[in-house]
Amino acid sequence: MAAQMTNAHRRFLQALMSNGITEGSEAKKLHQHCCETDKVYYAHDKLDDFISTINSHLQPLFMQIRKGISEDDGRAHYAVVNLAETEVTKMASDYTESELELFRKTMDLIILSENGFASSTDILNLADQLKTKKMKKKEAEQVLKVFVEDKWLSEKNGEYTLHTRCIIEMEQYILSNYQDVARKCNICHSLAIQSQGCESCGIGMHLPCVRKYFRGQTEPRCPECNEFWSCDTPGVSRMGSQT
Amino acid sequence: MSQRKRSKGLGCSQLLDGEDDSIPTQVERRSQEQLNQKVSELVQFLLVKDQKKIPIKRADILKNIIREYRDAYSEIIRRADRTLQEVFGLQLVEIDAKRHIYVLINNLPCAEGEQLCRDKEKEKMGLLLVILSFIFMKGNSVKDSALWEFLHLLRVYPGKQHSVFGDVRKLVAEEFVRQKATPAAPRPVAPGVPHGVRATLDSPQNTPVHPKTCGEGSPPALCRYLETTAIPLTDPPEFKYQWGPRAEKETSKKDVLNFVAKMQGKDPKFWASQYSEANKATT
Repeated sequence: MAAQMTNAHRRFLQALMSNGITEGSEAKKLHQHCCETDKVYYAHDKLDDFISTINSHLQPLFMQIRKGISEDDGRAHYAVVNLAETEVTKMASDYTESELELFRKTMDLIILSENGFASSTDILNLADQLKTKKMKKKEAEQVLKVFVEDKWLSEKNGEYTLHTRCIIEMEQYILSNYQDVARKCNICHSLAIQSQGCESCGIGMHLPCVRKYFRGQTEPRCPECNEFWSCDTPGVSRMGSQT
Repeated sequence: MSQRKRSKGLGCSQLLDGEDDSIPTQVERRSQEQLNQKVSELVQFLLVKDQKKIPIKRADILKNIIREYRDAYSEIIRRADRTLQEVFGLQLVEIDAKRHIYVLINNLPCAEGEQLCRDKEKEKMGLLLVILSFIFMKGNSVKDSALWEFLHLLRVYPGKQHSVFGDVRKLVAEEFVRQKATPAAPRPVAPGVPHGVRATLDSPQNTPVHPKTCGEGSPPALCRYLETTAIPLTDPPEFKYQWGPRAEKETSKKDVLNFVAKMQGKDPKFWASQYSEANKATT
C-alpha cells in the first residue's frame, strides 16, 4: 500500500514542477525544507522513498518524477515528466511552430553528430530553410538563447547540445524516434547525447561513465572489443602509474 | 506512443457504443476507465494553463478535454479538483461566475522564504505585492496618480523603460488587470504535459500562445490581480486601483499587512484599522 501524500510531498512536487529541473543536492535540501515546513517526519536518506510516494500518486495521471544523470558532471537531477506524452510537443505551447521546427532540426543535428554538439553556424544556416516560417539569423540567435534559458539546450563555446532537463524529459521520445542513430551508453545503458566512441567497434560511453570505468587504468581498453581506447579519458593518468 | 494510449480510451467507448444502440447519456454509461482518462487529461490541461498563469475558461475545457463527455462534465471537474488537491495541493476555483473562468490556487500554507510565484515571474510578483500592499494600506482604493507617485519612490516610472519590468505602465495597467487579447489558446490533442501543451510534431494544429518569442506580443497574463475603475465626474478621466478577484483568492489582507509590518520593522497592530480589517476578513 502506497504511503499517503502529505503537504510536504505536495510542496516538494510543486517546487519540482516550477523549477523544471532540480539538481540532486537541491532536491535533498528541498526535501528537508518541505518536511520541516509541514512538520512531517524527515529522514535525510529517505528521499527516494519520499519520491516513490509521490510517484505512486502521479502514476494514474501518467506523470512521474524522474531522475537523470547529467552528461557533464555525472550528477543526479530530477524532473517531472509526462509518460503518456513523449514528444517535443511538451514545449509546444511555449513556442511558435517555426521555433519548434528550429528546435527539432537542431535536435537532429545534435543527435546525428559525432560528439553530441551542433555548432551555432550550422544551426543558424538552418534558420532560413524552415518550412513553417523562415527565420533571420538574428532571430534564430535569440530563439536559441531562449532555449538555453529554458533549459532545453545548453551552450558551450558556441556549440549547442541537449540540456539534462531535455534528456530526462525526452529520452523515450528520442530513443524511439531516432532508433538507429541515437546512442546508448555501453556502461549505464541510458541515452547518450554527448559521448566518446570507440574507433574500432563504434560503441559509445558518457564522459562521466568513461571517467568511472577507466579510473586507475593506465591503458584504457574498450569494454566491448578490447582495442585501445583512443579518446582522451578525462581524469585518468596515462603516463605510467597511479590512480 | 501517445497516440496508442489515446486510442485505447476511444476504443473502449466505441466498443460500448457498438453494444448498445441508444446514445449513452448517463454518467453510469461511461466506464470508470474512460472517466479516469478524462480526469487525468483535464488535470494536466489545468496544470499547463496554470503554469502560464492563464485563467481557464469553461468553454475551453469543454472544447478541448470534455468533448463528447459533456454529460459527465461536473463529475469530471469534481474529480479533477479532488486529484489536484490530493496530489498537488492545488485547488480549482471559479473567479468569474458569470463568464465561468477558473484558476488554480495554492492550498498549501505559505512557508517562510517561499516565493509567491516562479522563475521569471518572481520580480513581477514582487512588484505586484508592493502595489497590493500600498492599496490595502491606503484604504483599499488608490487613485492612478497616487499609485504612480508611490512607485516613483521605488524609481519606477510610467514613461520610462525599467531594466527589470520593461514597460511598467503596461505591466500595471494591462497585465495585472486584465488579460490581453492573445492568439487562440493551444488545443491539446491528447493529454497535456507539465510544461507544454501537446500537438504532434508533424501536425501542429494550433497557434500556441508564445510568451517568450522575441519581440512578439505580450507575456502571458498575470491578470485580474488588480482592478481599475473610472472615477466618475473627473475630467480628464481618472482611474482608481483596487484589489482584483485573483488577489482576493491568492493572498490575504493579513498576509499583506504582515509583509508591510516586516518591511517596516513594526508590529502589525501598529496600523490599528488595517489590523482589525485584516483580522475580520477570513480567507
